[in-house]
Amino acid sequence: MSALSVHAPVLLIAIPLLGAFAVPLIGKLGRGVRDAFVGLIAAFTAALAGLLAANVFGNGGAASVYVLGGKPFDIPLPSGMTAPIRILLEVDGMSAFMALITALVTLTAIAFSFSYWRERSGGSMYHSLLLLLTAGIFGMELTGDMFNFFVFLEVTSIAACGLIGFRVWLGRTQEAAFKVMTLYTLSGLFVLLAIGLLYGEHGGLNIAYLAHSLSGGIVDKIALGLLLTGLAMKAGAVPMHMWAPDAYGEAPAPTSAVLVANSQASLYGLFRVLFTLFGITVSTATTGWILIVFALLTIFVGVTMALVQSDIKRLIAYGAVSQIGYMLLGVGVGLATIVTKPTYGFVAMQGGIFHMVNDAACIGLLFLVAGAVTRAAGTRDLNKMGGLAHTMKYTSVFFIIGAFALAGVPPFNGFASKFLIYEASFKLSPFLAIIAILSSILLLAVFVKAFQGAFLGPKPASLGGGEAPLGMLIPMAVLALVVIAFGLFPGFFVERIVTPAARALWFGRDAYISAILGG
Amino acid sequence: MNLGNLPFIVSALLVVLGIYTLLFKRNLIKLVIGISLIETGVNLFLVMLGYRSKGIAPIYTFAPAGERMVLPTPQALTLTSIVIGLATTALLLSFAVFIWRHYGTLDVHRIKELKG
Amino acid sequence: MNGITSGFGAWNPIAWTLLFLGILIVAFFVRSFGRKDYKRGTGQTKAFLSGNEEPAAPAGLHVSGDNLYWGMVHGLSAYYRRVREWHTGDLGDYVGWFIGVLALIFVIIVWGG
Repeated sequence: MSALSVHAPVLLIAIPLLGAFAVPLIGKLGRGVRDAFVGLIAAFTAALAGLLAANVFGNGGAASVYVLGGKPFDIPLPSGMTAPIRILLEVDGMSAFMALITALVTLTAIAFSFSYWRERSGGSMYHSLLLLLTAGIFGMELTGDMFNFFVFLEVTSIAACGLIGFRVWLGRTQEAAFKVMTLYTLSGLFVLLAIGLLYGEHGGLNIAYLAHSLSGGIVDKIALGLLLTGLAMKAGAVPMHMWAPDAYGEAPAPTSAVLVANSQASLYGLFRVLFTLFGITVSTATTGWILIVFALLTIFVGVTMALVQSDIKRLIAYGAVSQIGYMLLGVGVGLATIVTKPTYGFVAMQGGIFHMVNDAACIGLLFLVAGAVTRAAGTRDLNKMGGLAHTMKYTSVFFIIGAFALAGVPPFNGFASKFLIYEASFKLSPFLAIIAILSSILLLAVFVKAFQGAFLGPKPASLGGGEAPLGMLIPMAVLALVVIAFGLFPGFFVERIVTPAARALWFGRDAYISAILGG
Repeated sequence: MNLGNLPFIVSALLVVLGIYTLLFKRNLIKLVIGISLIETGVNLFLVMLGYRSKGIAPIYTFAPAGERMVLPTPQALTLTSIVIGLATTALLLSFAVFIWRHYGTLDVHRIKELKG
Repeated sequence: MNGITSGFGAWNPIAWTLLFLGILIVAFFVRSFGRKDYKRGTGQTKAFLSGNEEPAAPAGLHVSGDNLYWGMVHGLSAYYRRVREWHTGDLGDYVGWFIGVLALIFVIIVWGG
């Protein structure tokens, strides 16, 4: 058990990777064996993520370093200079928090795909790509090295686009996959350019080493600009968000949930760069307010564009884009006030970070429901669906739970995190809270439209299939349970997992650096 | 022969040309070539970061006396980036082939079924 | 007990749920004071349409998705016309937005802060 605890960071990346490459081989033995193998890998990975989180949060969120290779990483050179060598994985409170979110979303998405994937062939490749995406997301969240982050960023880009364009018999998926791949590659190349600039300027790739040697000169500022824009684009900030509805809308339904986790991992990368790598060496008022402006645009444009969609998955996709804005708002308010450190800054950080897990659960639930609905109705157009609540009772209840939670209706978890964001951002500027609250109400209108279009109405004459199968209902139930649990006991979760994560970003830059460079 | 800052200028020029291609060209294959240009520019930039004047190849465990080696880390970074570029270009081109089969055109202004 | 505080307010979902259930119980209690001696299916429970018969539901009664918020979209049509035009679906425009925002961020960060 202690060996698992020690090696948990690298096992979280290695086991899904091993699974991804073994699945096509094991898939030759039959569908049941393959599903069992993939389920085992996913369950083991989720358990490892839980173990990692228990260790890190039990330690008070202190950063723990794992060396790939097991040998010491701080060998002094003959000249007396010490710089960290070998690839280091550094897990602090925020990384463990993101690993928990990823584990939850990928476990339920993989469980859902067992009954969602009804085509006769291609299932092995699909599950292989899904596990590869999982490994890439864990890699992005646990690494302490900038180039390693870039490599995993590209792994997730390739796996995500492979999954978006997986159904090659449809033309729209190929169009969406091409557009998304172009933009992901472009942003990845700009991130690589920034990493090259930082390496050339300071001579190291380790995040802690770079954070220690950054000086805020013009090369550092250019690197900050490239990293900020590249990672914000991958997270889906307006006005660079236009790939997001295409991507989330055209991917198979369980994959859309994992793509949202992918965007949140890019958001985590953005926070890591802004808080830990650069921190106060650049003007945090500028970077914080850039995040806040991105956030306001994202919140408003995301939700207003969602109102006019007629495709149910594009509608939920625009909702997902809008919610990324709330996370940006909370953390942006925190970043803008990190120098003076008022109480509302920390509350905003807690709200923004808590919203990450709430949004992942709710959007995951909504995408899974959309998958079940499109399977039952045979179409994705809201104008052609109707009356599904007569036969899909549980699915409609799950949709109500997910929609109300995301729109911030008490007593669900969305309200808890949005409550923190509203109150804290109001203190910085009332305009922020007004836009946030109005957009929440508009999001409720968006989901009422989706519910009305899909579930309400007279029973249709030709109804294909009744309730969603049990294999689809169970992952939805798990996510709904998470939504309700986080909603009814927010204090427990905020104190146990969100506050260490917020503390790691807000206060923990020096601790992060000294964990590797040794004080 | 002292090249000065010329390789960095060439790398920046390649990136700018790649961005120009992505913005203003209409054929999907030309867009993939544009991305490839940006990749080439970034890879050239990465390799040039490690160059030390009059350096020798970093293949010795201990450098011969009086010589210095160029840095090996950027060469490893560039190799990784080239391999990633290979994977992304292959994926992009295969999507372009499928788009040709479904839409019958490779004009990016006409492949706009997903909009709004 | 449970609940989060934001420094300016507090939110306790258990207390809220108990209050909600309490209000529901009070509502049911008040409802139980109503008369129970009515006949179902006769004119006592049907909607009163000035003595006319209730017509059968026509086909297409269900207000489908897009028509639900027609008024709101029409009111914001100036905004929507502009913003929907920006979502062209053209890949060159997507890259254009990215490069434009990158240039703006460069100006703000390198020349500003």
